[in-house]
Amino acid sequence: MSVALGGHGPYDSAMNCKTAQAMLWLVALAVGLPVFAISAALAQTPAPAGQALAFDRSKGNCLTCHVITGGDAPGNVGPALNNMKQRFPDRKQLAAIIFDETKRNPLTVMPPFGRNLILTRQEIESIIDFLYTR
Amino acid sequence: MLRAMSLMAIFVFALIRPVTAADAVNPQADFKAFRDYFTKKFPNVPLNDFVNGPYSMDAGLRKQWLEIDQFPPYDFAIDRGKQMFAKPFKNGKTYGDCFPNKGIGIRQNYPYFDEKSGQVITLELALNQCREANGEAPYSYVKDEMASLTAYMAFTSRGKPFDIKIPNDPRALAAYEKGEEYFYTRRGQLNFSCASCHVQSAGEHIRTEMLAPALGILAAMPIYRSEWNGMGTISRRFVTCNSQVRGVPLPPQDELYRDVEYYLSYMSNGLPIAGPGTRP
Ligand code: HEC
Ligand code: HEC
Repeated sequence: MSVALGGHGPYDSAMNCKTAQAMLWLVALAVGLPVFAISAALAQTPAPAGQALAFDRSKGNCLTCHVITGGDAPGNVGPALNNMKQRFPDRKQLAAIIFDETKRNPLTVMPPFGRNLILTRQEIESIIDFLYTR
Repeated sequence: MLRAMSLMAIFVFALIRPVTAADAVNPQADFKAFRDYFTKKFPNVPLNDFVNGPYSMDAGLRKQWLEIDQFPPYDFAIDRGKQMFAKPFKNGKTYGDCFPNKGIGIRQNYPYFDEKSGQVITLELALNQCREANGEAPYSYVKDEMASLTAYMAFTSRGKPFDIKIPNDPRALAAYEKGEEYFYTRRGQLNFSCASCHVQSAGEHIRTEMLAPALGILAAMPIYRSEWNGMGTISRRFVTCNSQVRGVPLPPQDELYRDVEYYLSYMSNGLPIAGPGTRP
């Protein structure tokens, strides 16, 4: 389950996200790239960036619970995320679900990604760009 | 399906976790609601099979398990635990001297509420108390020696039904209630309660892992997990599960964890001890 949730308990080998962030900085420093340059590069290609955020175990990790075309080893706690544009033409609605699904369904097990600061607003928008390609 | 899931969750939450503060704690009623929830959710799983966790609800996993169990990876732990049990402490006493029936075939009675200390005593805690009372240093709660000792004790108790009692003592009821409340309270950055995974999502997959149902969830402990590359105790599992939701785990054998173990074990009354076990 450490693998599944990208968690990092004292008895797990998974890298924790602070470490991961720190490493990103270190890499950025090491290659002499300002981090904003990396972010800018990501921003120019929204769908792949959103895919990375959605699949990354220390970020959205949506695959833990949702089948998404192109993603490996998905779980089945939530419904498959497909035909997203037809099913959720209203971008705001989709953002609200990802930001805090407990608003719509107090008993949901889906983490409140925005409310609990797991994903920023921008990251959520970027994930939506990606979901609209599925 | 989702609507049905939520409804079921509402159903179980309403029955198991009464929301009005005025409601008295009622372990017998909780027990019935809990058991009904799981037997209705998994009508094809025989009651005693719940102790086999994911193997009780996935034919493929079950087949792998039966193959692995030809040469169980926990055998070394049973052997080692048996030797440790036989070997006297420096003062000449043994583990057997600390337990009823010399510690053989008693796993199903743990944890119990100790009216003298007013606390829940788990098997892991009792083992370290035994060591300390005999002038030996306590072991780490999460693996190695502790897992070997509990593996051996579980092995001598296989098939015996959980028999957890809640004595007529307000402190025992309070411990039960605290454990229950902890189990149903959401926590961590990911906002999960134990029940989000092991009640509401039991039998479903997060990534490739199947979530074990809370009914009988402690019966096979300690377990060998390939992911751990070794044995883990109940303490290890609780700490790991808490860390996964990016929450702050309690120290192993914290009073609250013992209360959770008390609650969960009471919910499994009547189900057979199956430990030590293996899990993927
Ligand atoms: C731990 C489980 C879990 C994780 C992780 C998770 N979800 Fe969900 N999600 C659910 C569940 C369960 C539902 C069903 C609705 C409910 O429970 O309210 C759901 C519903 C949804 C829906 C509505 C789908 C529909 O067809 O109605 C969307 C969109 C969604 N999730 C997106 C995401 C995205 C994007 C991520 C990652 C950033 C994510 N989810 C991560 C469990 C999860
Ligand atoms: C986000 C999901 C999640 C949450 C929350 C969670 N667990 Fe788990 N738990 C798992 C997974 C995954 C496993 C390993 C697979 C399985 O269920 O056997 C597991 C295994 C276990 C096991 C061993 C079961 C077995 O058959 O091997 C126990 C006991 C357990 N959890 C108790 C708890 C308790 C107590 C809590 C709350 C403090 C909790 N879990 C919270 C996901 C979770």
